[in-house]
Amino acid sequence: MSQDFRISVNGETKAVRVDPDTPLLYVLKNELELKGPRFGCGLAQCGSCSVLVDGVEIRSCVTPIGDIGARKITTLEGLAGLYAEQKKLPTKPALHPLQQAFIDEQSMHCGYCYNGMTVKGAELLSQNTKPSDAQIRAHMDGHLCRCGTYPRVMKAIKLAANRMSGGKL
Amino acid sequence: MSALHPELTRRAALKGGALVIGFSLFGAKPTLAARGDTAGPPNPDTVDTWIAIHSDNTATIYFGKCELGQGSTTGLLQVAAEELDLGMDQVRAVRLDTNISPNQGPTSSSSSIHRDAPKLRLAAAEARQALMARAARHMGVQSGSLTITRGVISVRGENGLRSVTYSQLLGDKPFNVKFTGTAPLKPAGRYTIVGASPPRVDIPDKVAAKYEHVQHVRVPGMLHGRVVLPRGQGAFSAGARVKDYDESSIKHIPGVQIVRKAGFIGVVAEREWDAVKAAQELKVTWEDRPELPGNDKLFAHMRAAKSTDTIIVNAGNADKAMASAAHIRGSTYHCPYQGHLPFAPNCAVADVTSERAHIRCSSQDIYNARSMLSTVLGMPVEKIRVQYYESSGTFGRSCYEDAAQAAALLSQAVGRPVRLQYMRWDEHGWDNYGPAHLAEVKAGVDAKGNLTAYEYHGWQHGWTITSTVQDSAAGKPGVERAGGSGSITVNPISTGSMYKITNRKVVSHAVPMAGYLRGAALRSPLDLSFAFASEQTIDELAVAVGMDPLAFRRQNIGDQRWLGVLEAAAKAAGWKKRVMGSTLAKGEIVTGRGLGLGTHHVSYGAAVAEIEVNKRTGVIVVKKLYGAMDAGLVVNPGLVENQMVGQMIQSVSRVLKEEVTFDTKGVTSLDWNSYPILRFAEHPEIVPIVLQRMDEPSTGAGEEVMGATVAAIANAFFDATGVRLRQFPMTPARVLAALKEKNGQTAI
Repeated sequence: MSQDFRISVNGETKAVRVDPDTPLLYVLKNELELKGPRFGCGLAQCGSCSVLVDGVEIRSCVTPIGDIGARKITTLEGLAGLYAEQKKLPTKPALHPLQQAFIDEQSMHCGYCYNGMTVKGAELLSQNTKPSDAQIRAHMDGHLCRCGTYPRVMKAIKLAANRMSGGKL
Repeated sequence: MSALHPELTRRAALKGGALVIGFSLFGAKPTLAARGDTAGPPNPDTVDTWIAIHSDNTATIYFGKCELGQGSTTGLLQVAAEELDLGMDQVRAVRLDTNISPNQGPTSSSSSIHRDAPKLRLAAAEARQALMARAARHMGVQSGSLTITRGVISVRGENGLRSVTYSQLLGDKPFNVKFTGTAPLKPAGRYTIVGASPPRVDIPDKVAAKYEHVQHVRVPGMLHGRVVLPRGQGAFSAGARVKDYDESSIKHIPGVQIVRKAGFIGVVAEREWDAVKAAQELKVTWEDRPELPGNDKLFAHMRAAKSTDTIIVNAGNADKAMASAAHIRGSTYHCPYQGHLPFAPNCAVADVTSERAHIRCSSQDIYNARSMLSTVLGMPVEKIRVQYYESSGTFGRSCYEDAAQAAALLSQAVGRPVRLQYMRWDEHGWDNYGPAHLAEVKAGVDAKGNLTAYEYHGWQHGWTITSTVQDSAAGKPGVERAGGSGSITVNPISTGSMYKITNRKVVSHAVPMAGYLRGAALRSPLDLSFAFASEQTIDELAVAVGMDPLAFRRQNIGDQRWLGVLEAAAKAAGWKKRVMGSTLAKGEIVTGRGLGLGTHHVSYGAAVAEIEVNKRTGVIVVKKLYGAMDAGLVVNPGLVENQMVGQMIQSVSRVLKEEVTFDTKGVTSLDWNSYPILRFAEHPEIVPIVLQRMDEPSTGAGEEVMGATVAAIANAFFDATGVRLRQFPMTPARVLAALKEKNGQTAI
């Protein structure tokens, strides 16, 4: 049976009426019409659907809306805002530094996995602005890319890390 | 300006519409209907079909090749901008649409730049010539005295005193010029945009979650649909056949409608999650299906099949030359079924009424999709509009036609627009797989290391013409494409053509597809298999004559461009001369390096691989890959480098990990756990090298370094272990078995 839920998404409270077993992904993409989180496997294997919940990456395809409660959801659309909040920036940049790095490195092919790549990469950079190659590999390992763009995701994370820690690379 | 930004695309389309309501000189009849109002394809013999000039001095470029993430939209715009003397910020593309786009056939075989850019270049040149002629009349000068910069035509040497813009000459009006293909082309030496690497036009929106993949399409009033299929396909031609279903099994899910048409069954619901649940929970009884050989007996079945044999190459006398060779090496190679398995399961949104159908889908061939939909819906093509929306990378014919047809059937049945997406197990289990391949290769060399004889026999089945959904809904068996053109056969270019071999025989043994899995073209079709078998044989002969494999190939290569890519890859890798497998190390983890050549059709690919093998676990880690490609004139070297990175990573995945598994009943690899692909932590460093040849025609660049990469990895494994692996994927189990067989026990 449908129930009313109020969830916090990208800093705004949203009211939705859905079955409590509905995965968060379907709420975000259908009720809220967000384009960031997207369906890839529905099995928490690939990372297409990743969002941050209180800053921690989860798979929204297997997380029922009923389990979210008052926790704060950040999607790809909200990463720049979260970054501004974390860094206490006076104004919100148009893009998270990792998004800009993906443009600068011309990383992607189809770009479908980049929701997860960006969300997971941003999670890493919020914890560690100087990750080693091994740390990046380990952190990103749950995110698959069928087009084979891993090397350029790696480069972009390093570029963004460098910029975020004051480097001029 | 972003070529595929929805806003811009809409604006461009509107402009396109306004633009072409032109009238002839006598004001009698419209020369063209409003662009998009009627079913295409538009007349390819008029410049207006390809190019529109707008009042803001920009241009819309119309072409028939779709963006698959390979970046060809950017490359094609570069070609048009160059020939039109416009900047990249002055050109845009529009969505492919059967009411708008010229029909340039499927976006396949790395053909966008190779085969279709030349047409666009000629159209742009003709448009430029027409604009020049108008400018000359306008200013009362000879067109030879004019020069163009960014769409501004001025009299040479006057410092802009007299000038006129494209928009002043033509803004939002049609050219009304016949496309003759005879306008003079700009010489390559004057190129400023072609050969440079402007950034991809689709990336900014993709990064910012503004891009509209087909999975993002929403239309008013739409329902959500799912197909209901058994988990995993059975033997080809029988398809999925519903015997019976139990409606009461999903009565607890509100508002679900079940749609059945012959063997096809699907569900629709107001809410997507309800459709997902209904498709999973609906109890369906399926017709029995014929047995498959299963992975275990696959190759024995293929070898014993009554095949249709075609001699592809028969130069000299391979048998006779083999008899007099100083050394012969030959083996049998086993290469798996592999899947397209786009990262996003296929999706389509269909709106079908009794009068018309509007299908938004990701078919690589919109006009073929329209023809197939016409059959499935029983509706003439003129009433069907197909629009292309990019999905995730598809690498050939995944289930995109199935998604389009299933959405259309559901919409037709329920009278509302339907968005349909495959589930992961549908996509994994009902793909049109890249066929398995069995190779028997033998080659001979004289005492001086010259290749003298070569024989390649390949067994594989072909590709399907129809789709699972089409076959099921018609209640008819699937149709296999006849061998030869349009299906798969042994590629003579990938099987030894790079070497000067006087006596060479290549034979294709086409196995009927019935009783196997449904097949279709998968990126670089079978070239990975051909290179895996052929280049290991070549490497073995180098060892037989005690030569370094680079020196051996140098000696035997018959073409400067093959030599060029080989030298480029070897140089980048700092190749040191050594006989393969001659310095075997003891210890648990051993290293090796290898090289390989390969291609798809007409470009040239070479690769060097550096790998580690763990002899205790059997795990191979590819540490670094150097790839070189010669694809003639490269329109955008940055794009090709990115393509090469993708090709090489995907090749590692395919040679180390990917294999469709199936038993006698059906396919059992139904997700990313049962069909593992290369993971982030496992990826090698990649060094792509693009050879730029401004004086050669552009050839394909989307799949031409994959065979070489796979061969290099296979050869590196021998260098590390002294053992040949003749089957891929080179899984830990196969590695351990091969090491054990060689040594009597696991060697550490």
